[in-house]
Amino acid sequence: MGAIRSGLQKVTDFFGTRPGKIGFFFVLALFTLFMPVYFQAVGNAFMVRIFALVGIYVLLALGLNIVVGYAGLLNLGYIAFYAVGAYAGMNLGFLVQELLIGLGFLGEKPENWTYWMLLPFAAVPGALAGIMIGGPVLRLRGDYLAIVTLGFGEIVRIAITNNIAGITNGASGLPAIGQNVPPIAGQEWVRTNLSTADFIFSKDLYWYYVIIALVLFAIFVIQRLDNSRLGRAWVAMREDEVAAASVGVNILTTKLWAFALGAAWGGIAGHTYAYWVGFISPESFNFMESVLVVCMVVLGGMGSIPGAILGAVLITALPEVIRALAASPAFSGILTPEQASLVGDYRFLIFGGLMVIMMALRPQGILPSKRRARELHPIDDHVLMQENQELWEAEHKLDTDSDKF
Amino acid sequence: MLRVDNIHTFYGKIEALKGISIEVNEGEIVTLIGANGAGKSTTLKTISGQLHPLHGTIEFLGETISGMPSHNVTAKQVIQVPEGRRIFPQMTVRENLDMGAFLRTDKDGVAEDMKKVLELFPRLRERLSQKGGTLSGGEQQMLAIARGMMASPKLLMLDEPSMGLAPVIVDVIFETIKRLNEAGITILLVEQNAAMALQTAHRGYVLETGSIALQGSGAELLRNEQVRKTYLGEV
Repeated sequence: MGAIRSGLQKVTDFFGTRPGKIGFFFVLALFTLFMPVYFQAVGNAFMVRIFALVGIYVLLALGLNIVVGYAGLLNLGYIAFYAVGAYAGMNLGFLVQELLIGLGFLGEKPENWTYWMLLPFAAVPGALAGIMIGGPVLRLRGDYLAIVTLGFGEIVRIAITNNIAGITNGASGLPAIGQNVPPIAGQEWVRTNLSTADFIFSKDLYWYYVIIALVLFAIFVIQRLDNSRLGRAWVAMREDEVAAASVGVNILTTKLWAFALGAAWGGIAGHTYAYWVGFISPESFNFMESVLVVCMVVLGGMGSIPGAILGAVLITALPEVIRALAASPAFSGILTPEQASLVGDYRFLIFGGLMVIMMALRPQGILPSKRRARELHPIDDHVLMQENQELWEAEHKLDTDSDKF
Repeated sequence: MLRVDNIHTFYGKIEALKGISIEVNEGEIVTLIGANGAGKSTTLKTISGQLHPLHGTIEFLGETISGMPSHNVTAKQVIQVPEGRRIFPQMTVRENLDMGAFLRTDKDGVAEDMKKVLELFPRLRERLSQKGGTLSGGEQQMLAIARGMMASPKLLMLDEPSMGLAPVIVDVIFETIKRLNEAGITILLVEQNAAMALQTAHRGYVLETGSIALQGSGAELLRNEQVRKTYLGEV
């Protein structure tokens, strides 16, 4: 166990060095940009969709990371904001379509601009929902907060299932008969101009790049937030609420900002998912999804942007990898095709086991923020020993030369 | 400077403060002493806005501050150094000090105060990049006071600064309080260590179960028969 742990430590240490960082990001960028193109070229459209889906979950994990990682508020109903974003995006879209068709100056099919037109406002419904739940639970912390947010997530899901206000179409989902989700503008253009004889620039590939752009934007914004005054207020609040208030942090607004800004990304992800897939129903927003997003943040490392991304990638991709592996020739002698497909069903079990091992070995997550790691984990033995030494020295010194004061 | 007028503070149905009136004049060190549960810390928390009085008013420089939330009281430069130190354990000493200046926008003033504070506490300078949680108890108390100083306080309120510290460190802390006062900061001090507090303070109030039992100058209270018996442990 110790060997695995120090091995993990070595890996993270290497990525801390300059060449390690540059090399890593270069490879990562290439992989991110061109891997889906490769899959598309070999005709594996399924993998392209998985890549885009991973992007959506990265957005969700980054958003939840604000609430859980930065502000230290456990939210088990995060998927509600995703749902709100999706349903708001669809319903506003139906209105905007008519408006766009009426205006008619955005090219041949003006309604195709619906997604883009609504994108700048996509954060609003999510953020409002965030404030709605954030307000009443300001005084709650820890388990109690988790329970209330869990309840909120369920309320939203059940409200949607029951066709609340007549705009969600209940369990049948949106769009209802007679409603139309227009394709995204620009998609036609890339398909005609960037496709070759044996390579089709598909709809999913186009959406993949849209989602990647959103992820980059999210990273940029959240990075800025982390280094801002608000970011410092979050850290202070997470470490000690009383002390934070005593230095002048407004606990009320600081918490509300965390809820609103976290939920905003959920809303954007929901809006994007709705237009990409073109169909949403209550099943997509169940409690399991909330749990998965929390797992992503925790597994990757709370309060860390690379951690949230890695967590989202692992948790979304891992089940698919396990499924693919089981069906691969390597296991063909061991598993019959029937058994291989069963492994696919067992992927959550395998994956849960991996989580347990992970939490035992490295509870601070794979790529934790430095400070968050210290808060959560009583550090590796050698660090602990060094700290005890420092502490002892400090106290010892204080006794011998206290006349210095 | 600070006038607390007949405040009643409740924890639920329990009346913790039954009409406390105290006054702190500019340039003074005023102390509140009393047994456990007498309401010393409650008084401080009520002034700092962590608790709100049901009746009565608190005025600071002629302005009513009772009922304001903590961060607004802090903005009035009424700074509380909370009980039990409550530094940010995972922030470095420097980050802790920077947090103290959270509400300030005068960068030059903050830099200036940082210099002053580090002169006052040379040990903190040595440990600027060490995280707060690894400091010794005495150092943490100094950091808590230093963090309060970074907010450029007009009134500094210290809640049990000697709690849990070795006697030799307690001396250092009280020495520091005197020096801060000489530098022009008004201080309201809550203490269990009545002897030290009364020796340091200009004036004092003795609290008993939510009311003020006695008041007077530090020297007077030190001579008072009842105080000597009850709080200084003399038979």
